[in-house]
Amino acid sequence: MTFVTGWGRTTPARADVWSPGGREEIAEALAQPPPRGIVLRGLGRSYGDVASNSGGLVLDLTGLTRVLAFDAEVGVVTVEAGLSLAALADLVLPHGWFLPVSPGTRWVTVGGAIANDVHGKNHHVDGSFGHHVERLTLATPRGEMLSLGPGSDEFDATVGGLGLTGAVLDATIRLLRVESAEMTVDVETASSLDGAIERLEATDASYRYSVAWIDTVSRGARFGRGVLMQGDHAPAGEAAPAPPPLDRPPRLSVPSRISAAPALRSPALEVFNELYFRRARPQRGRRESIPAFFYPLDALGEWNRLYGSGGFLQYQFVVPHESVGLVGEILGRLRAAGVRMPLTVLKRFGRSHGLIAFTGPGWTAAIDVALPAPGLGPVLDEIDGLVADAGGSVYLAKDARLRPDTLRRMLPRLDEWRRIRDALDPDRVLRSDLARRLHLVEDRQPLGVDNPQR
Amino acid sequence: MRDALTPFSTVLVLGGRSEIAAATVALLRRRGARTVVHGLRAPSGSDPQPAVAFDAATATKDSIDAIFDAHGDVDLVLLAFGSLGAAADGQLDPANIDEVMTANATGAMRVLALVAARLRAQGHGTVVVFSSVAAVRPRASNFVYGASKAAIDAFARGLQLTLVDTGVRVLVVRPGFVHTKMTRGLKAAPFSVSADEAAAAIVAALDGDADVVYVPRLLRFVAALLRVLPARAMRAS
Repeated sequence: MTFVTGWGRTTPARADVWSPGGREEIAEALAQPPPRGIVLRGLGRSYGDVASNSGGLVLDLTGLTRVLAFDAEVGVVTVEAGLSLAALADLVLPHGWFLPVSPGTRWVTVGGAIANDVHGKNHHVDGSFGHHVERLTLATPRGEMLSLGPGSDEFDATVGGLGLTGAVLDATIRLLRVESAEMTVDVETASSLDGAIERLEATDASYRYSVAWIDTVSRGARFGRGVLMQGDHAPAGEAAPAPPPLDRPPRLSVPSRISAAPALRSPALEVFNELYFRRARPQRGRRESIPAFFYPLDALGEWNRLYGSGGFLQYQFVVPHESVGLVGEILGRLRAAGVRMPLTVLKRFGRSHGLIAFTGPGWTAAIDVALPAPGLGPVLDEIDGLVADAGGSVYLAKDARLRPDTLRRMLPRLDEWRRIRDALDPDRVLRSDLARRLHLVEDRQPLGVDNPQR
Repeated sequence: MRDALTPFSTVLVLGGRSEIAAATVALLRRRGARTVVHGLRAPSGSDPQPAVAFDAATATKDSIDAIFDAHGDVDLVLLAFGSLGAAADGQLDPANIDEVMTANATGAMRVLALVAARLRAQGHGTVVVFSSVAAVRPRASNFVYGASKAAIDAFARGLQLTLVDTGVRVLVVRPGFVHTKMTRGLKAAPFSVSADEAAAAIVAALDGDADVVYVPRLLRFVAALLRVLPARAMRAS
């Protein structure tokens, strides 16, 4: 028995953690679930309780790392679900291919990337990870092995389905052709949030990757200023040096003892933030390595410890394009509530898919919040309401506090997803603390304020 | 069910008419508690809802399981039922001894054991056990009550030892004199507090990690002092 948490280190859940050696063992576990059920887990980078299962079984699938097929001519690879995106990138980069979608960390498994339908700085052009999955093998708790492709109900329910439809055993992924292992990056500053939004709108179509860091630390007029980072893979250069392997732990890690000294709560945060924004100078065609461009936070191992023992949460929402005004409204409300927001990232989303996946089109902002934050709950509940009213939603891979009644308003196809999910897992073997909290799996809603009519 | 911002979202109050529990629940609601289930002997429409039938003397595994099954994961259970019993000479009436021991000691032990098992199965949760300063130092006027509280106090502290690393916490609260319906008409002892003050102390203790807490906290030192005083000093109290 151990305690597991998400990356935000909130609500520790006591659970049995078991690393099955292969597909047969996964099938056996699914066939003999404990009373509190089973959750599937990868590298634990989800922020909240989506990969926790208190009192139950956690299947750690990071041992399933085989490469089953790789066609370096057409750029299609089939790998097992526990392989990290770091290892996958190392495999394909030397052949001139790259991950079709890169989230903010490379320490994500392929299975986790599908279950959470992760996205990156290229969502406005390429959509999310699930858009690039050609086939996947799903082991269902009913004991079947399904081979699923886009267009089927089961596939659409599994992409972004939070691991609740079955265990993805392997997936076939269409890769992105690249000419080099480097990036060319344009950096632009904006003196206000509106300015950053305007510039992203005007320019993001010309870049494959486009994102803005928003200053939500400074007080006064500097609050909301932004740094736009936009770029693409660099063309073949004159004998570019071989890229360093991505699948290697960072040289520098935050020791566990720092938990007692939450660095991100101190004035050091303001100083660091100011230095960062001052250093950001408009620049065109800057060459950057893949890790520096896609995964800057990966450079510091266990960086979540910087938040101390209280942990942190990340609030990420998406709202339709016409509701862009909500971005400023939401940041303003959090600021008025005195909430500490060390890091905020803003970008536009492109096409949509899936049944309950976090998806666009629209504007998304991801806001890191240091905990404890007194009074944050009611403020976020209000913000959830604004997002739901606008037809937007909250990213469940990062959620640790949404309420089930609001979720229902955010996911118009939730009941459809539930029907497909229940058919794949009629005994409700697959559970997570998030599923319990948001009533995703249980048909009978617990009595109480979230369900007053019963 | 709990979340990152609300550790105590679903609360079960067994003995739901307790004023200290009501004040505690009011504070927890202000901090985001969503669902408070009241376990009551013969619940009626005038009781706070949702209310379920509960009697410590007859509680079984099935009856406790039924309460949990209907409400999902419970984050906090307040064991708030109990009986003060008769005072002074009346306390030695065998019927009084039986009643007080059944409510405060054996009944509380049965319920605590069942609740703890259930929380253990869900892998998280906290139980607040209401003991008393009288458990530590008997007074001439209410030592049957004190004996019953000493029993549940020792039981709860023993249970704590078996729950290490299970995700389940048992918090033993030892109030001194609290002004409530139950104590109306009694002469207030020194360091008496209101139900609201007791609730604030309990919620503060829930935020910390103590196993045992006195209410008010100052009583910890008073109790330590009383423990070394000769028994004679307690005779008149």
